[in-house]
Amino acid sequence: MLTATETADAVRAGRVSARDAVTECVDAIDRSDGKIGAILHVDRDGALRAAGDIDRRLAEGEDIGPIAGVPVAVKDNICTIDSPTTCASGTLKGYVSPFAADVAERLVSAGAVIVAKTNLDEFAMGSSTESSAYFPARNPWDMSRVAGGSSGGSAAAVAARIVPCALGSDTGGSIRQPAAFTGVVGLKPTYGRVSRYGLVAFGSSLDQIGPVTRDVRDAALLLSVIAGHDVRDATSVDRPVPNYVAELDRPIEGLRIGVASDYFGAGLDDAVRTAVEAGLDALRERGAELINVRLPHLKYAIACYYVVATAEASSNLARFDGVHYGHRTADPKDIFDLYSASRREGFGAEVKRRIMLGTFVLSSGYYDAYYDKALRVRTLIRGDFEAAFEKVDLIASPVTPTTAFPIGQKSADPLAMYLADIYTTSANLAGVPAISVPCGLDGDGLPIGMQLSAPWFEEDRLLAAAHQYQSITDHHQRCPKQ
Amino acid sequence: MKESDITHRLIVGFEIHVQLATRSKLFCGCAVEFGAAPNSRTCPVCLGLPGALPVLNRRAFELSMLTGLAMGCDIAPVTKWDRKSYYYPDLPKNYQISQYDVPLAHGGRFEVPHGDETVSARIIRAHLEEDAGKTLHDTPGCSLVDLNRAGTPLLEIVTEPDISSAEDAHVFCTELHRLVTYLGVSHANMQMGQMRFEPNINVAIEADGREYRTPISEVKNLNSFRSVRRAIEFEYQRQVQDWLADPGYVFKERPNENRGWDDDRGVTVFQRGKEAAHDYRYFPEPDLTQVEVTRADVAEIREGLPELPIPRRRRLIEDCGLSADDAATIVSDRATADLFDGAVRAGGPPSTVSKQFVNFWAKLANDRGVSIGALGVAAARMGALARMVDEGTINATAANRIAERMLESSESPDALADAMGLVAVLDADQTREWVDQVFAANEKAVGDAVSNPKKAKGAVGFLRGQVMKISGGKANPKLAGELIEARLAAPRDD
Repeated sequence: MLTATETADAVRAGRVSARDAVTECVDAIDRSDGKIGAILHVDRDGALRAAGDIDRRLAEGEDIGPIAGVPVAVKDNICTIDSPTTCASGTLKGYVSPFAADVAERLVSAGAVIVAKTNLDEFAMGSSTESSAYFPARNPWDMSRVAGGSSGGSAAAVAARIVPCALGSDTGGSIRQPAAFTGVVGLKPTYGRVSRYGLVAFGSSLDQIGPVTRDVRDAALLLSVIAGHDVRDATSVDRPVPNYVAELDRPIEGLRIGVASDYFGAGLDDAVRTAVEAGLDALRERGAELINVRLPHLKYAIACYYVVATAEASSNLARFDGVHYGHRTADPKDIFDLYSASRREGFGAEVKRRIMLGTFVLSSGYYDAYYDKALRVRTLIRGDFEAAFEKVDLIASPVTPTTAFPIGQKSADPLAMYLADIYTTSANLAGVPAISVPCGLDGDGLPIGMQLSAPWFEEDRLLAAAHQYQSITDHHQRCPKQ
Repeated sequence: MKESDITHRLIVGFEIHVQLATRSKLFCGCAVEFGAAPNSRTCPVCLGLPGALPVLNRRAFELSMLTGLAMGCDIAPVTKWDRKSYYYPDLPKNYQISQYDVPLAHGGRFEVPHGDETVSARIIRAHLEEDAGKTLHDTPGCSLVDLNRAGTPLLEIVTEPDISSAEDAHVFCTELHRLVTYLGVSHANMQMGQMRFEPNINVAIEADGREYRTPISEVKNLNSFRSVRRAIEFEYQRQVQDWLADPGYVFKERPNENRGWDDDRGVTVFQRGKEAAHDYRYFPEPDLTQVEVTRADVAEIREGLPELPIPRRRRLIEDCGLSADDAATIVSDRATADLFDGAVRAGGPPSTVSKQFVNFWAKLANDRGVSIGALGVAAARMGALARMVDEGTINATAANRIAERMLESSESPDALADAMGLVAVLDADQTREWVDQVFAANEKAVGDAVSNPKKAKGAVGFLRGQVMKISGGKANPKLAGELIEARLAAPRDD
């Protein structure tokens, strides 16, 4: 299957029709997704109709957009109007949003065809896509292992070459971690770069939508389409969107890349360490300068993250009460029973755990000790990045401490699962952009990711460096056995 | 203990909700509209649908600042939004976007002259929040939710407990209502719930040389000034009686309560104790950014403050010589007061304009169920009419008749007076002739006036009235009066 860029080029050149591209994609989903579990809904008829429309407009000479005819899969916590938006939760089973997310509108107006909605951990809460209410997403490199999460469906689908590209959402690593686990590229943009309008909120101050792609060029292409100010999201930032694709060839000679020992401490798997260090060497050979930096408050990032994210989640998920939409219990005795039974039946264990955690940390008498303290720690973590970016242009690190773990290994141990986010949450807490790029395989042949992060709104620099890295390595070209 | 053994005083503070007169809701573009078909004024944002996000209505924020400034509050240079969590079917997100620890306005005072006294309360804070929808229980076996009201902007004003009588509370609330309508920040229609008062009431009781305080009760959602007064009067008595019956009925030993007002029975009704107070789990709203207000912003809003009702009344009394009652009538709403000032600016003498406002413009407006300002008569024409009376061109009776015609005609009062034949006769000979006729026809009154000085004044008034009558309203009353007095004083020539 072609990449997004290749598909767009082929469609523009008339070598491939949009209908062909979409047909190939939905056929691949039908053929292969049964064992992967990456996809929750496929809208074959709607997608083919949209593709046919694009072909007709292209034939009439219309300039449709930079990704005309490119099939895109969208994480199922992003609202689309032609298919359900379930957040992989029982409470939203069959729910169809009456409005489309800003990113969905931007994709469609740039000519993309939304072909499928991808699997995720319920309400994006998890690191393995095992907490999906429907089925887990498996890792195409090893079906006994997790695809990561929460955007595990998007990552697995791109890795398995059943879609050219996808959108995910990243609250604490939910794009980058599954991208690392499945050997694809995942970008979390700066907070405010992409509109959250239509993204079902998990941690509102942390959530960002971003691309999951085969290579950095595709990530740049998709980001150029989805980034930009949206008046419907008060936290979206009004500043120009660079042409990220055009910036990719910016050389990295003299680029200062920070390496923080805080990211390479205990718990980091040897194979991951080796691969990331090799990646750093490659960047140095290409002309980048490696500089040691410190992020002293990084060790508090996980604790801070799980207070802030769960607090916001407990509030964001209060609306799923069985009154207005979503799952409602049968024959409630009274309004209290309607609430409690609908929520008990509609939510899975991980979601309930986080709602309880978040409710606790916001409760009177605990707020100062937990939530307020977490906000102050968050300021310190942001300060760490500000200080580090005084000295360096990018910061490099592993994405995950290990490669993909076996399905079921951590699902009974929430804390172990939370620690899988150890290197990714800080970018969300600070709001900086960060990307995961494939940098090798471990002894079991499982992909490893390298993370680069950049100062706020420096996605162009981030993507250029990652692209330069890919131009001298071929890790991103490996794919799982069919 | 008997009631005669104690002294007590009332302590009242207020929470007041004012629905702001914006066209759209606080965080979405839906129309704010009363009485529309249920759920027809809703969108994903005010329905709280997954993925929808709030965006602040700038106008609501400006109106709130205006109100804060008019109450002498400071405007916070940075203010923020917080989520207040509780579950209720008409609260679609199960949290309300409000302001918790950094309200947009704080630290003001609202003072109302009342007779020779001043009713005054310090304003603790004023903050913006979204209203909830409505749960309707009219249908047997089910409850229905209407979210048209959900997301309507509310300004919540909180006072210190500085009010010490039901009468003062009534005065305070009435004047605050006038202020918000005057500023145009709210239609404040009480029947529609656009302004709701929640007095917090308790009583300080002196007995045995000690002071006891009763628990505070908050009477919810009062929507008339009368119910404010009655609910406070009732609570005052109830709390004193409850304390007399049970000396343990004191603050902190017994819970504070929420109570409702039963207007038919004239009683407050227990709703819930506050010992089980909600934990609202306030935390900063991550979907909205902080609002930064510069000094220049505040100055600009302050610039937009009109002359407020209280100083305006004072000016009309002190500068225009109006009585307190007339000033109150004229300043009752802003359009009327503006019309008054306009009429005076157009050359109408203030005392005559005010007489006409109170005498016939108010009546004409009342008959039509509107305010004087809404009669549709331009200030300049009102001023011209008053000037005509003052100059003697027409008399007061004629002015009243012309005023009625002015409602339908756009002609000048001059032209109307001409057309209606009401231009006063200033001709002394003609007037003397009418006086002669009247003297001839009313010998008894003339006799009384001459022989009995006590009756003289009344007789002059009577005779002048007769002159007006036979002249068809055209006589100039002043001239007629002078001629009558002169003739009565003159030596009899018969």
